[in-house]
Amino acid sequence: MLSRVAERLYWMARYVERAENVARMTKAFQALSLDMPKSVDLSWKGLVAVTGMDHVFDEHYQRADDRNCVKFLLADTYNPGSLFSSLRAARENVRTTRDLVPTEAWEQVNELYLFARDHLDAGINKRGRHDFLSEIVRRCQSLTGLLAGSMSHDAAYDFVRLGRNLERADMATRQIDVGAIRLLERGDEPRPYEGLLWTSVLRSQSGFQMYRQHVKRRINGPDVVRYLLQDVPFPRSVAHALSQVEGALDDLPHNEIPLRVAFQARRHVLDANVDKLIASGGLHAFMDRLQLEIGELHVAIAECWFPEAELA
Amino acid sequence: MSIDWNGYDPAGFYDELIASPGVPRGAARRLTDYLATLDDEDIRARKQAAELAIIEMGISFTVYSEGENIDRAWPFDIIPRVIPRREWEAVEAGLVQRLTALNLFIDDIYNEQKIVRDKVIPEYVFAKSKNFRQQCRGFSPPLGVWAHICGSDLVRDRDGTIYVLEDNLRVPSGVSYMLENRQVTKRVFPELFESSSILPVDEYPAQLFDMLASISPRPQDYPQVAVLTPGIFNSAYFEHSFLAQRMGAQLVEGADLVVCDDDCVYMRTIDGLERVDVIYRRIDDDFLDPEAFRADSMLGVPGLMRAWRNGKVGIANAPGSGVADDKVIYTFVPAMIKYYLDQDPLIPNVPTWLCTGDKEREHVIAHLEELVVKPANESGGYGMLVGPHSTKKQRAEFARLIRDDPRNYIAQPTLALSVAPTLCEDGLEPRHLDLRPFVLQGVRTDVTAGGLTRVAMRKGSLVVNSSQGGGSKDTWIVDEED
Repeated sequence: MLSRVAERLYWMARYVERAENVARMTKAFQALSLDMPKSVDLSWKGLVAVTGMDHVFDEHYQRADDRNCVKFLLADTYNPGSLFSSLRAARENVRTTRDLVPTEAWEQVNELYLFARDHLDAGINKRGRHDFLSEIVRRCQSLTGLLAGSMSHDAAYDFVRLGRNLERADMATRQIDVGAIRLLERGDEPRPYEGLLWTSVLRSQSGFQMYRQHVKRRINGPDVVRYLLQDVPFPRSVAHALSQVEGALDDLPHNEIPLRVAFQARRHVLDANVDKLIASGGLHAFMDRLQLEIGELHVAIAECWFPEAELA
Repeated sequence: MSIDWNGYDPAGFYDELIASPGVPRGAARRLTDYLATLDDEDIRARKQAAELAIIEMGISFTVYSEGENIDRAWPFDIIPRVIPRREWEAVEAGLVQRLTALNLFIDDIYNEQKIVRDKVIPEYVFAKSKNFRQQCRGFSPPLGVWAHICGSDLVRDRDGTIYVLEDNLRVPSGVSYMLENRQVTKRVFPELFESSSILPVDEYPAQLFDMLASISPRPQDYPQVAVLTPGIFNSAYFEHSFLAQRMGAQLVEGADLVVCDDDCVYMRTIDGLERVDVIYRRIDDDFLDPEAFRADSMLGVPGLMRAWRNGKVGIANAPGSGVADDKVIYTFVPAMIKYYLDQDPLIPNVPTWLCTGDKEREHVIAHLEELVVKPANESGGYGMLVGPHSTKKQRAEFARLIRDDPRNYIAQPTLALSVAPTLCEDGLEPRHLDLRPFVLQGVRTDVTAGGLTRVAMRKGSLVVNSSQGGGSKDTWIVDEED
């Protein structure tokens, strides 16, 4: 398998996953904003912060209101992490690997991109937003299923898994870091709507239902963090994504270095004592380190298998 | 209101579907009868279905516009063009004959040049050809075949005669659209495929793979075949990836390949370097190997010519094949067929004037208004003058160009290209078209069943190139009804 193709498949999967994450997150926040009384100051800007693109936002917008933030997250092409930018990049990567992915997958990515392009306005407007985002999530999921069900589970598919799970791990750490820590910093005593806010964090990762089934206690901060970080069976947790990365790395040639980095990152995740980290205020520093490790994992993968020229 | 064939008038041109207003040709009868049963609403719905299928299947071509690449949906007309099988078999034989002679010519011209010594073709003709490659002298590729893939453009004149308009021996494109057009038509008119015997076209990728495998330097069942593309910005990128996918071959760019000290070609894979046996290149000679041709080429692979000449890799089409693509050489193809095969050409050339002789040149310049003038080495319909549609200024410009470089121009009569009913804004109207069949030559020679029909969508226009507003049609080779 060509190194260049491996790289494009990897990015295709990352971009699709990114688009899906942005859609889920926006949808969850939208639901939350409708539940909250007007008196509670709900900052859409926080959502932008989760994606790590707040500085780009500030360059283009004066007001961080609902419409501007959502437009930035979904549609703006100068935001490389926007839903539309991600889908466009995903499509471009599939277009250049069409010889390798199943034809239906290309058609699906193509249709997904066209759908997003033609319905962006509806997605930005409050009224059409829910339907638009649900459709995006549904189509991303169906693409994932299609690849799993119709593409040989060989090296090409391993790179798809790598991209998807690395992006997922990255997003989950951001959710915890930005979304959750903001809530935790509010102090110890329970406050109104706290349950709702944590529910929203879970929903951003589509984890609410699974959490209820597996964690029998009332929704509380440390449990949610622990769930999103360490619950291996939950497919959108950091620990799960990293174990998937390891699984994909396992079958690839000359995998020693990336495998070592992945293993180390997963060990750090599973060994972390969440209660202690929260109590000592060290959770943010921990998440920061974890994000760096995920970054290192990407570099290790790129250096191992992707074309050298494109690393420069 | 349904289609009224009595109201369709090809205005004196040869029509591919009907013999005269209201009277369909035998092979097209089922189609025209069927179309007559559809009402406007039906036709419109099917046209929309086709357009949607093309967008969703991502059938596209790339055009350059204001410095940007735009991926455009492939222009397609849903009304098929029909050719009776018996007629097609004669054309097929003619195409095989032609490519056989062309390959003998290329092999001769890079080696002994007997055809020049025997004064059948004057030396100046190829000595000045842009596509004659000194780097290929004294070499003969496996099977003696240089042009493995040929796309010859056929046109039909007013009296129904089919002519070869030109031979494309460098990197002919369009075959993927031929295959996709059929896919779309099957979606749009499934009923017709049940009731008529239309020859299938989808064998092409398998035949292409077999042909490529046959020139592998390592006799194996599954040689490593790679399609070499200039990349995503090339207008035919869609086709490159399409063919790679259908053949199960690797789609590579120049940077993916490297020629090592053993003169073998390798591709950079996640397992390290892996040897490549055959390259189906979709890059022009000039850019193929910066060591041998243009040093500034970023698309090619340094050392590729060395690997090829040392027999370590098969390349299709072989470098240097373009010499026979030249429109001046074209005029000598009937002579080649006679010389190498001792046969009469089965498909005639379009009568062509060269501009090198004083008398001929002045004749051409005096009659520019009636003629089509083409540069000898361009493709894609660029740089040509269509006399009857030209302005005085354009004709003066071409007179100057021809006088400056007579070797570089040829002139042909403006043919009354045949037409076929095409779905336009106000229903069916006749539009001019041509046909590009694809011929594969390796151990055996295969011809596609039909080919890519290109149609000039603008009324009266003779320019069928997709880069210049041309569309396409599915092409059916059909058994005539008894």
